[in-house]
Amino acid sequence: MARVALGRVGTAQPTAAHLAFQAAHAQARDAVWAQAVLSGDVMVHSQARDRREYLLRPDLGRLLAPGTALPACPGALVVVVADGLCAAGVAAQAPALIAALRPLTPLPIGPVVVASQARVALGDAVGAAMGARAVAVLIGERPGLSAQDSMGIYLTWAPVVGRTDAERNCISNIRPGGLSAEAAAAKLAWLLRAAMGLCATGVGLKDDMPAASLAMPAAPAGPAELLP
Amino acid sequence: MAFAHSLGGTRHIFDDLRMLLARATPLRSGDALAGVAAGSAAERVAAQHALADLPLAHFLTEAVIPYEACDVTRLILDGHDAIAFARVSHLTVGGLRDFLLAEDDVAGLGLTPEMVAAVSKIMRVSDLIAVGAKPRVVTRFRNTLGGAATLAIRLQPNHPTDDARGVAASVLDGLLLGAGDACIGVNPATDNIETVMRLLEMLDMIRQRFAIPTQCCVLSHVTTTMLAIQRGAPVDLVFQSIGGTQALNESFGVSLALLAEARDAAQSRHPGANVMYFETGQGSALSAGAHHGVDQQTLECRAYAVARRFEPLLVNSVVGFIGPEYLYDGKQIFRAGLEDHMCGKLLGLPMGVDVCYTNHAEADQDDMDALLTCLAVAGVNYIMGVPGADDVMLAYQSTSFHDGMFARAATGKRPAPEFEAWMARMGIGGDAMPEALSPALIGL
Repeated sequence: MARVALGRVGTAQPTAAHLAFQAAHAQARDAVWAQAVLSGDVMVHSQARDRREYLLRPDLGRLLAPGTALPACPGALVVVVADGLCAAGVAAQAPALIAALRPLTPLPIGPVVVASQARVALGDAVGAAMGARAVAVLIGERPGLSAQDSMGIYLTWAPVVGRTDAERNCISNIRPGGLSAEAAAAKLAWLLRAAMGLCATGVGLKDDMPAASLAMPAAPAGPAELLP
Repeated sequence: MAFAHSLGGTRHIFDDLRMLLARATPLRSGDALAGVAAGSAAERVAAQHALADLPLAHFLTEAVIPYEACDVTRLILDGHDAIAFARVSHLTVGGLRDFLLAEDDVAGLGLTPEMVAAVSKIMRVSDLIAVGAKPRVVTRFRNTLGGAATLAIRLQPNHPTDDARGVAASVLDGLLLGAGDACIGVNPATDNIETVMRLLEMLDMIRQRFAIPTQCCVLSHVTTTMLAIQRGAPVDLVFQSIGGTQALNESFGVSLALLAEARDAAQSRHPGANVMYFETGQGSALSAGAHHGVDQQTLECRAYAVARRFEPLLVNSVVGFIGPEYLYDGKQIFRAGLEDHMCGKLLGLPMGVDVCYTNHAEADQDDMDALLTCLAVAGVNYIMGVPGADDVMLAYQSTSFHDGMFARAATGKRPAPEFEAWMARMGIGGDAMPEALSPALIGL
């Protein structure tokens, strides 16, 4: 909920609004550092050893730890459940999303891969290693003041290491009060079908899905700095 | 060409201009991440000494990214204004710092982005403020931005699901607190063309209903905006994120030719207006693996060369948005914001700054208050206005409508003149809700 109609004291916010903001910021800061248990079929780790290194070295968060073994599942959609900047967010939203996607997906879903200290582009390495046709990275979004449980999805066709962010499509703000898991799964299935037609994702795949309402987020990944 | 400087008995050697600029840059995490930062405080200051002694003319003979490899380099060198440059062509980088601080008229000097980046690296914060305050860059659409007495505010009414009523409520809240003269600009949560068009139509409806002398923007990808223009949507400004290398712009899905095409399309609707809106930010090139070993602040200045080409209405660095791996804490964000403003102004841009931070950076509201105040003193063209400083869609903190009121009051700045006259007509500024701005008029 946007912080509108706060009133004002001189040019400042009244005390209650000011302290409510400070409290929300404190919770968001803590959410970045909190850990959560993620469930899936295969566990992988990036080359970032801990949260501090993850924050300072995004390059390591995009690389698989040496010696990572992954099963081959050629032709599949590989789903990666990644902690990103908010492990609790993906832990809360990913199970419902995957359950809602299973009856809708136009491609078979491979083993669900859980990735720790992971950035979006780690999905390229995972998908390439498994021979996937597409990879959907479900990832904890940077905690905001009003949402510390939000998940995003980045869909990449023909994942190989080195894909740019303009080659992905993004669905963001998946959480209670944002986009529902069911709506996000429907959007993901729609994007996947469109990607199969084009053999591509990214800015070339225009989101022309009829909008039943304005409540249908799905953007090209766009600015790199937007990515967790 | 190699450069060297001795400090405390150690001779520091820098292989080329690219390395010299990087080593001379005040510490920031992104340059350390890229492996181009100075290894010690002494090496950094030695590089600053060597840089200060470098003639500006040298920058025209050594590119930090090869001419053949990058269209931004070609844009900079092919477009260099040798006649304007004649006023300072005899100076070194250190001499340029002295010149900029001593002279009143420092606009239109024919400086390249790399020269401007270089001089900023040997400046303190007070220098960045003093020099940043000198060039006035005035742009026009439905109002006049950039005048000496003006501090404008982009009203940023983002909503996590692009809900029309939610966006409208934030627009109204901002208008009542004096925001919206730079533009009313929504970052959509989706790039869906139908949604973008609906937001464009809604913003235009509000603007016309209240006869607001401002311009609207939905900050979608340039290709989506061009599609919206083709389909007849009321597009005022064309937005795009841009960067300082060809490879970064490719990662954004844009080229110089595409931006030119988009500007032509928008100007066909609004002849004579500045129709482009660009956002930039230190670290974006490294984030996309498109930095060529150049430090992030020099690359940021090169992005301004791209922006300048298209005579934008608005350009802002989204300085603290990118995160701690590029600007680690409040101190680094603070300096970067002031660098970006001054460098943009020296390169002739109508420079604004999104004074902001994320929740994974070591920064807080106190840091933003300090940067905002210094930018207002430095004459920043505009800042952002977000309800309660909390962007509920992009999940970061920017400046609130209140912060904008504070900055104007603290520095004696005012809204854009046409917008201020509109506020007076509407009765905005008192404690009561002005009758003419009834929420019911826009369906709230």
